[in-house]
Amino acid sequence: MTTTTNKALLATAVATALMGVSVAGTANAQAQEKCYGVSMAGENDCAAGPGTTCAGTSKVDYQGNAWTLVDSGTCAEIELPAMADGSPRMGSLEPLERDMPAS
Amino acid sequence: MTVTQDQFTRAMLDPGAAIPAGLANPDGRPATRRFDVYRNNVAVSLTEALEQAFPVIRKLVGETNFRVLAGVYLRQHPPASPLMMHYGQEMPGFLARFEPVQSLGYLPDVARLELALRASYHATDSRGVDPARLQSLPPDALMASVLHLAPSLRLVRSDWPIHGIWRFNMDPGAPRPEPRAEDVLILRPEFDPTPSLLSPGGGVFVARLQAGDTLSGAHDAALDAAPGFDLAPLLGHLIAAGAITGLTEGDLP
Amino acid sequence: MLDATPFDRLPHAPGVGYKPQHYADILRDPAPVEWLEIHAENYMGDGGRPIAQLRHLSERFPISVHGVGLSIGGEGRLDADHLARLKHLMDWLKPASFSEHLAWSTHDSHFLNDLLPLPYTVQTLSRVASHIEQVQDTLGRRMLLENPSTYLAFEESDWSEVGFLAEIARRTGCGLLLDVNNVFVSATNQQTDPVSYIDAFPHAAVGEIHLGGHDEDEDETGAPLLIDSHGAEVVDPVWALYTHTIAVGGEKPTLIEWDTDVPEWPVLAAEAARAAQVLEPLAEPVA
Repeated sequence: MTTTTNKALLATAVATALMGVSVAGTANAQAQEKCYGVSMAGENDCAAGPGTTCAGTSKVDYQGNAWTLVDSGTCAEIELPAMADGSPRMGSLEPLERDMPAS
Repeated sequence: MTVTQDQFTRAMLDPGAAIPAGLANPDGRPATRRFDVYRNNVAVSLTEALEQAFPVIRKLVGETNFRVLAGVYLRQHPPASPLMMHYGQEMPGFLARFEPVQSLGYLPDVARLELALRASYHATDSRGVDPARLQSLPPDALMASVLHLAPSLRLVRSDWPIHGIWRFNMDPGAPRPEPRAEDVLILRPEFDPTPSLLSPGGGVFVARLQAGDTLSGAHDAALDAAPGFDLAPLLGHLIAAGAITGLTEGDLP
Repeated sequence: MLDATPFDRLPHAPGVGYKPQHYADILRDPAPVEWLEIHAENYMGDGGRPIAQLRHLSERFPISVHGVGLSIGGEGRLDADHLARLKHLMDWLKPASFSEHLAWSTHDSHFLNDLLPLPYTVQTLSRVASHIEQVQDTLGRRMLLENPSTYLAFEESDWSEVGFLAEIARRTGCGLLLDVNNVFVSATNQQTDPVSYIDAFPHAAVGEIHLGGHDEDEDETGAPLLIDSHGAEVVDPVWALYTHTIAVGGEKPTLIEWDTDVPEWPVLAAEAARAAQVLEPLAEPVA
């Protein structure tokens, strides 16, 4: 394709793109008030990414030392065929053979 | 008996390690369970921070699996700064190497998408350029211009259907992901980052704009990658979301 | 030399730790809450909703900035980058107060996300004092230092915590943040008397009081072990200790901290109202 037709195409595209476009203004009060962040509505816990607190927590669970639940996540519902290079796009979690470091 | 913070830290991050001598219960006996409170606080608070940062990874592998994975991660990669909003930068590389999830090749790119959403959320505020400014330029001048992109704009390109995987986990009505490569554009019109799936060529186009290429250079590259690339809807999307904040007019031939 | 501005510019009234889910409630009807406290590190991003909300709230409420990441009790030098981020926040926000903890959280450039304990010795005293002087010089204002919740003791400690804090305040001119729940938690855990701690405390240096909830556990011998979880109502014995504190030290700005399992606004407001009753037991007498 020639530069000329490219330019013509582009000019048309830009004109089309700009037609009737209104830009999002500065955030309004309603947007500011919403309490969810990166987690989208319906899933939100009002947390804007990890927060920092000075609270301790008494949940004693760091001893967990086994990879127990295999396929407990949604990955089991996602089936993706092999990629072009032959590497698998689907699979399940594999239990660790060795002991996990206590976590 | 002096207990150094180095000894304290090492014992805290390794539950199997001996508790440093010199830490005591009120009865004078060596602390055991009392030291575990600190071990627990560190492990649980960092695990919870990772759960908040990677909700889709957590759903994909399952909550229990994620806690185990987080326990390994937090010891290999404790936070490098006190800003927990940035914690988890090494997660894509960690997932690419972590043995039990090797069969889930898409996890690293999904983690990159989650990191990009959070980075967009905390990015500098900006205002979109007035469309009239673009309309007032002759097409030649516009083509030769470099567009300035909003600091909250992020592009995540993948050989995996990361947008489909993300939606499948975050949107209850979403379909299963299609087996294909997907490029995701994240824009933040006000305060909420919104990921959208780019059509073929769109990833190349945005990547070239990010690299400082001119509009015409980015357009050419997108057409090379995908002959059917349609500039108008993508440009309209960028402008409407305020993602183009200005432009530098180039030299006309 | 730091200016002579008093460090207690917060109202001598209840405040709460700000949580984004309460944003609309607070703007609608904050009573009896008169001021808000934020965790500094959550507002060190470049932009977006957190900073927009804080900017807006600061136009209506006195703000207290409470740091959780400076690691003032750390063996190493203070993180210069983090101190610069703090200065930036303080410069644009111009809050009524800044406070941090007698604790450490960073070691070998790794942030551990917990307030970790230090022994109270001559060496740690001079290190903490020099860190506080560096913070105060950088910010150009006096700060408050908070007493921690502790779960164990260091055999090497040869200062009492109260004596340590009083000496830090005397040397550096900093004020103190008296966390009454932390006093109760630490005294229970260390098997000491919380009332004696309050009675010995240098109340003239206190610029703010904290109240919060804790969890109950026990150590391997069955001895009580309280955890500073900030996830529940303030318990009655802590309210009693708070009432004693106000009687001994006078009315102070008092914060309700609730960081985990955060409740709906009315629950938090009710806790603040209970603090208001202690602060103003004789308010509005009938003429």
